[in-house]
Amino acid sequence: MPELDPMAEIRASFFIECEELLEALQDGLETMAEDSGDLETINVVFRAVHSIKGGAGAFGLEALVRFAHRYETVLDAVRSHVMVADGDAIKLFFRAADHLSDLVRESRDNGVLPEAEGNAILTQLDALLGDNGVEEVEETEIDFQPMGLALDLGLPDLDALPPAGPAEFTIHFTPQPELYETGNEPFMILRNLAELGPCEVTCTTENVPLLRDCVSNGGYLAWTVKLCADISQDDIIAVFDFVEGLCDLTIESMQSAPSSKVSPALPDLPPLQDEPPRQIVPEAPAPMPAARSDTPATPKAKAATQPAAKAVVRVDLDRIERLVNLVGELVINQAMLSQSLESSGLSPHSDSMNGLEEFQRLTRDIQDSVMMIRAQPVKSLFQRMSRIVRECSAAVRKDVRLVTEGDTTEVDKTVIERLSDPLTHMIRNAVDHGLETTEDRRAAGKPEQGVVKLTAAHRSGRVIIEVSDDGGGINRPKVQQIAAKKGLIAADANLSDVEIDNLLFLPGFSTATEVSNLSGRGVGMDVVRNAIQSLGGRITITSSPGTGTTFSISLPLTLAVLDGMVVHVAGETMVLPLNLVIETLTIDHDNLEQTRPGMNVVRVRGEFVSLFDLGVELGYRSAQESYLDSVVLLIADEAGSRAALIVDEIQDQRQVVIKGLDESFYRAPGIAAATILGDGQIALILDPADIIAQAQSNASVLSPKLMEMTQ
Amino acid sequence: MSVTSPSSPVELLTFRLSDQEYSLDIMCVREIRGWTRTTPLPHAPSYMKGVINLRGTVLPVMDLAERLGLPPREHTDRNVIIVVKFEETMTGLLVDAVSDIIALTSSDLQPPPDAASNGGVGIIKALTLLDDRMIRVLELSEVVPPPQRDAA
Amino acid sequence: MTLSILAVDDSRTMRDMIRLALEPAGFTVTTADDGIHGVEVLNGIAPDAIITDINMPRMDGFGFIDAVRGQVKHRATPILVLTTEAAPELKARARNAGATGWIVKPFDPAKLIKALQMVAG
Repeated sequence: MPELDPMAEIRASFFIECEELLEALQDGLETMAEDSGDLETINVVFRAVHSIKGGAGAFGLEALVRFAHRYETVLDAVRSHVMVADGDAIKLFFRAADHLSDLVRESRDNGVLPEAEGNAILTQLDALLGDNGVEEVEETEIDFQPMGLALDLGLPDLDALPPAGPAEFTIHFTPQPELYETGNEPFMILRNLAELGPCEVTCTTENVPLLRDCVSNGGYLAWTVKLCADISQDDIIAVFDFVEGLCDLTIESMQSAPSSKVSPALPDLPPLQDEPPRQIVPEAPAPMPAARSDTPATPKAKAATQPAAKAVVRVDLDRIERLVNLVGELVINQAMLSQSLESSGLSPHSDSMNGLEEFQRLTRDIQDSVMMIRAQPVKSLFQRMSRIVRECSAAVRKDVRLVTEGDTTEVDKTVIERLSDPLTHMIRNAVDHGLETTEDRRAAGKPEQGVVKLTAAHRSGRVIIEVSDDGGGINRPKVQQIAAKKGLIAADANLSDVEIDNLLFLPGFSTATEVSNLSGRGVGMDVVRNAIQSLGGRITITSSPGTGTTFSISLPLTLAVLDGMVVHVAGETMVLPLNLVIETLTIDHDNLEQTRPGMNVVRVRGEFVSLFDLGVELGYRSAQESYLDSVVLLIADEAGSRAALIVDEIQDQRQVVIKGLDESFYRAPGIAAATILGDGQIALILDPADIIAQAQSNASVLSPKLMEMTQ
Repeated sequence: MSVTSPSSPVELLTFRLSDQEYSLDIMCVREIRGWTRTTPLPHAPSYMKGVINLRGTVLPVMDLAERLGLPPREHTDRNVIIVVKFEETMTGLLVDAVSDIIALTSSDLQPPPDAASNGGVGIIKALTLLDDRMIRVLELSEVVPPPQRDAA
Repeated sequence: MTLSILAVDDSRTMRDMIRLALEPAGFTVTTADDGIHGVEVLNGIAPDAIITDINMPRMDGFGFIDAVRGQVKHRATPILVLTTEAAPELKARARNAGATGWIVKPFDPAKLIKALQMVAG
């Protein structure tokens, strides 16, 4: 394995941490917006920005540091009650947080940093502080030079001398008692001086009182050091940096003449090691003052508001992928073993069969556990959406509040990533088209502030994500009118409400009469639906006039496995996503009907559903002579449109491991993916929506024959 | 692999398609497998034989003879699948039988004289003679991604 | 000479940076995520020096220094404060809490090592 550059690794880890911090920032701001937040909330917000700044500095991300610093300065003012964060200030904080997250991402990807936007926000942030702000800003520039140890002893007559050859310095150093309290150690300081050059150290013990008069933490010793070295006075000051103000210090220097005056280096050093102060000093600050010792070692903050962070291990995603793949293999192998044991005619009560059952259960548990590794709460996704709402509502001048629920719901990481775009579009739609203008809301007697609700929940092995608005609902007459005008439906079509609502998913449909700068990006709900379907999900609409619209997305928990129905068609074994199969039935003379030439339907409890031979649709065979007694699967795609598929036999219902098909040189229509069966053969996983669409466009060609033959 | 100098060594895997002899640079060959039944892909072009399970991954298999426009024929147990890797894509190429591995230098290869008039422009990148038999050297990059992406 | 260091910082990045700066130089580094965690960790080890951040959840750097100095055995353990600010009042506050010295973030590994050697050998 190639050795990773540790710095690059830390940098990558820093950006992951940034995401967590940005999330905490977002959370904190939301709490502040709700109830103005307690001190700890403001602290969390401050710390998030502060930590981003700290890390950014380490990687020389100057733009990020600059912005974070000024943002933090304002937050610090809130924290220390210099200013109060009102609603407008918090709105600005949100914008600043959004910008900060842009900066983080652009810095990570070495992208272009949006300077202008940042400057505008900074100006407003500074304005919050009033006059104080300007000072702070100026200080910033000085503060953030990369620096190590700041030196500002401010001692008189300590002009730095150029190191013009060895100089002799005489240093008088008298620690004050406080020096010992801070854990500083004269011995260390003397040793550090000795490292600069040959020293001659004299300890002044004249101030040491009699033992009985010694105060435990008193400082009674003083030292005079003669140091001869080719150094500047600053080098000496640096040694005393930490004890500035905790000691009396004078440094005299004189340019020494010839090096003959310099004491020989090595022989002089050993005595320093045995310097008497060393034995004395550590004893000096012995017992702590009473005031100190009663400070509890673990203050009450222990029971504080924040729970301890959960222990987390960071794992390379590749390793998880490998594990997921291996578990996939395990599942397949287990299925193969089961198949061969079952066909060997063993008694179901034999030890082998019992063991097999246990093995199956374990395999399933392992599989579930492995899938859970990839699961993440949808929270980060939801937070991104709250930003979309803010930006979008500002752009269309609507007052909109986003309410989220269930943001701890966990979903496969890949699903979360791939939900971002469709969800963004749906949220934009809700704000732009779903909610009425402020005037219209007022006129309708509704609160002026519109609400967009984003919820997530687990329901029967799937994840349900809903985007709803409390707007005017779908304007069905208008939708139908537009669809007719665009030639998507017949002008006189008689459509149900559900059918009209589903027109929104048609390619090329857009309700916006004028292309708004938000939703009019050439992306329609058809693209959203495709994205959801490609995740194995489905999307539905419900809407009621005057009270709003809800889009409901139902997704599998993971992309790696699928509950499938295994069927045989024309000698091939195929898998249908079980969640799309509504019911199974058999064809008889009573339920087969013809609506018009070229369209056959099967009647299911009074409803007519288009009927297709799956083998024919896939091009595996030509139409059969008779379909009487054929097995039919009633399926529904995400849009709710139904179809009945003729198959030869239903073999099984089982969980299958999804294997991607390399579509680089052939994309098979109607096929979503593949899986490996117990016998090692590959079975294709069908994409029913695609099949229905294909079938319907072919219907007029294929079906008359089908009709003839079934009569 | 590009031919860098006239004397650079080349190793070719030779195989038969119908009664013709072809070859591929050995460097792009990952393994050779016996014929197994493929799972057909719906509405695929005829040279796409379908997919097989290659140790847990789904490997697309194409009939190289049909891909080159040779007449289709029945598959027998002697047929083999040459698994090749081009860039990051693994593909199985169904051939009639594998013959040999031959070592030559690039100076033994000559460009096909009829490249422009031949239907398979660029697919045959060179010709060579072996015991008086003509061996066609295939350009894998022309074989693996088909000329038309939307075959359906 | 191997010095053992306890580094307390709520930022994983900073903890990683400290580790990266110190371990190749032969230091043994133990880390803690905040003040309370630092106090807990300190129960099991006797570091030659402590590095601590100031802004941390649950217990900040000042509280942590206070808690450390409250333990007799750590009365004289050198504590360096990691701070993004070079502001004098911050130094003064750190010192009042009992800090031995400070390092301004972003730190240069060589300077961090030097500062540790200055206070802890």
